[in-house]
Amino acid sequence: MRHSRLWRLALLVLAIALVAASCGGDDDDAVAADCSADQVDGDLNFYNWSEYIDPELITAFEEEYGVDVVESFYESNEAMLSQLQSGVSYDLVVPSDYMIGIMITEGLLLPLDKDAIPNLENLAEDFQAPPYDPNLEYSVAYQYGTTGLGVNLDLVGDAFTPSWALVFDPALTANFAGGVSLLNDPRETMGAALEYLGYSLNDTTLDHLQEATDLIKAAKANIATFDSDQYDESLVNGEVAVAHGYSGNMIVAIGEADNPDQFTYILPEEGATLWIDNMAVPVGSQAPCTAFTFINYLLDAENGATLTNWNYYGSPNAASEPFLDQEVIDFYAETANANTEVITDTGSYEINFTDKLAEAKS
Amino acid sequence: MTAPTDRQAVTPELEAAAERAASRRGVLIALPSWAYLSLFFAIPLVIVLVYSFATRSSTGLTQLRDWNLDSYARLWDPLVGEIALRSLLLAIATTAICLAVSYPFAYYIATRGPTARNILLVLVMIPFWSNFLVRTYAWRVLLGTDGPLSQLTQALGGEPIRLLFTNTAVLIGLVYGYLPFMVLPLYAALERMDWRLVEAARDLYADGWTAFRKVTWPLSRPGVIAGSILVFIPTLGAYVTPAILGGARTTLLGDYIVSQFLAARNQPFGSALSIAVMSVMLAATILYFRSGARNL
Repeated sequence: MRHSRLWRLALLVLAIALVAASCGGDDDDAVAADCSADQVDGDLNFYNWSEYIDPELITAFEEEYGVDVVESFYESNEAMLSQLQSGVSYDLVVPSDYMIGIMITEGLLLPLDKDAIPNLENLAEDFQAPPYDPNLEYSVAYQYGTTGLGVNLDLVGDAFTPSWALVFDPALTANFAGGVSLLNDPRETMGAALEYLGYSLNDTTLDHLQEATDLIKAAKANIATFDSDQYDESLVNGEVAVAHGYSGNMIVAIGEADNPDQFTYILPEEGATLWIDNMAVPVGSQAPCTAFTFINYLLDAENGATLTNWNYYGSPNAASEPFLDQEVIDFYAETANANTEVITDTGSYEINFTDKLAEAKS
Repeated sequence: MTAPTDRQAVTPELEAAAERAASRRGVLIALPSWAYLSLFFAIPLVIVLVYSFATRSSTGLTQLRDWNLDSYARLWDPLVGEIALRSLLLAIATTAICLAVSYPFAYYIATRGPTARNILLVLVMIPFWSNFLVRTYAWRVLLGTDGPLSQLTQALGGEPIRLLFTNTAVLIGLVYGYLPFMVLPLYAALERMDWRLVEAARDLYADGWTAFRKVTWPLSRPGVIAGSILVFIPTLGAYVTPAILGGARTTLLGDYIVSQFLAARNQPFGSALSIAVMSVMLAATILYFRSGARNL
């Protein structure tokens, strides 16, 4: 009796779970929304990376258009993707390059209504035909940046070559008090090791990846930490001598340090990651017109500059250049000439990066 | 004469009715917890179980068809074994240290007067007033290169010590975090112990050590078992402490499972790993309880 009741309960739970699991992800093909410029059709549910937009830009938008902007945050593309798939509805998301490709393939994005985004003409030429969405059918660049190395000149010295050797050459790193920190991110960290060895960061040969694994293993004694959250603080606190991290965070942290001249951010000559975050509207959006209006709003010359002067990432907005801080302009001018590469999705090979990083740490 | 026969005829029915009513009341009382457990425990668990038999698509989405055991086959990969063994050793070390530190302390509390006892218990619980994450970050400051510990050794003429981002730091953080979970059950067991039994042992010429070994220890075993389980299980899957204090320099089970979901987008394998860890924990707990069941 007791058992049969338990069984029935278990079956019920199983049935509910199966229904819940099969929901989401099987939406029909997206139907393009028909909007006009400056049209709003409800409050904006904005799903963004944390500390990525000046709160005053949001307030100004709310006042201008009379809608509320509800912002929630994610810390990885994968976390954002799984939220969307679990059926939570957002009107605007900011996925990175490779994730746009995945979301287009899976039919998760609504086509942009370009009539509603006249400021699209402000977009710099470099961002008009990205490889993951060549006709800007579904996405438009938000900000871009690089992944490189923050260096403490007091601990490393002034005479160094801008190279991944600063983190991977044990003969070099053994002299650095505190050691170095690497991102706890399989694609970025294995990618950096691949670049140092002379391969592409999108290389999909297992032997090459094994070489990269052995490289990290050999360098591990001087790798103090694998950290994706606090590397900028560790660097300016003198906890580590060299930190692997994202351009905007590094520049902000260095600018706020007690002695900014003591630090610098470099792009290794072997090649670094260039990434582009993009605004896109998920198929489940309840207010696509508001979303397009918001995209248009951020592509405005002055608003784009406010965004960039606040988060210190690179601006894809050509018209905003006259309003930018000189510091940002100078920095990203260097980026344009640097040897960089964009991470692309490697499909089923992707799982190897995670396993090899786990193996390298063992 | 009729009354007794009436009673005989009615009693079983009445009893059954009363039983049914009690059972109905029981169901009503338990309803909130049933609903809560089904919604937030059973259903998610079943979803994890279902996902563990699914396939990762080439874009990293989970395909709920072509059910297979591939994810479970990967559990035999040497890398997984290595990670599991490392997590196991860390959990055993943490549990052993917690037990060694907590037992004398719980013994001390249990043998104080009521006022001192209450004060000491409050002291044990004070850390819970602030968030675990905040406390772990505080350890980061304490163990850092410029931290108080390092400054102390330098003031005493020693070398600066580097504890942050070492396995020792992880162990310190885990022992610190889970110590109260060991102290409280031990205290509860020792406190309700009948101390006259120890006196009796001493009267029968047992020395202090023998009295402890033959009387106190066996009687406190329920506390030892409960405390060990409360410490061992969370440390086996520990994620936050190794990441913050250990700098994620070695891969542990918690970190490995998270990376399957948030980096590799391999939900089937992440789910299979979770199911495997949960099964092992459940089996170990059942065995542990069985072994000490007579004292519980």
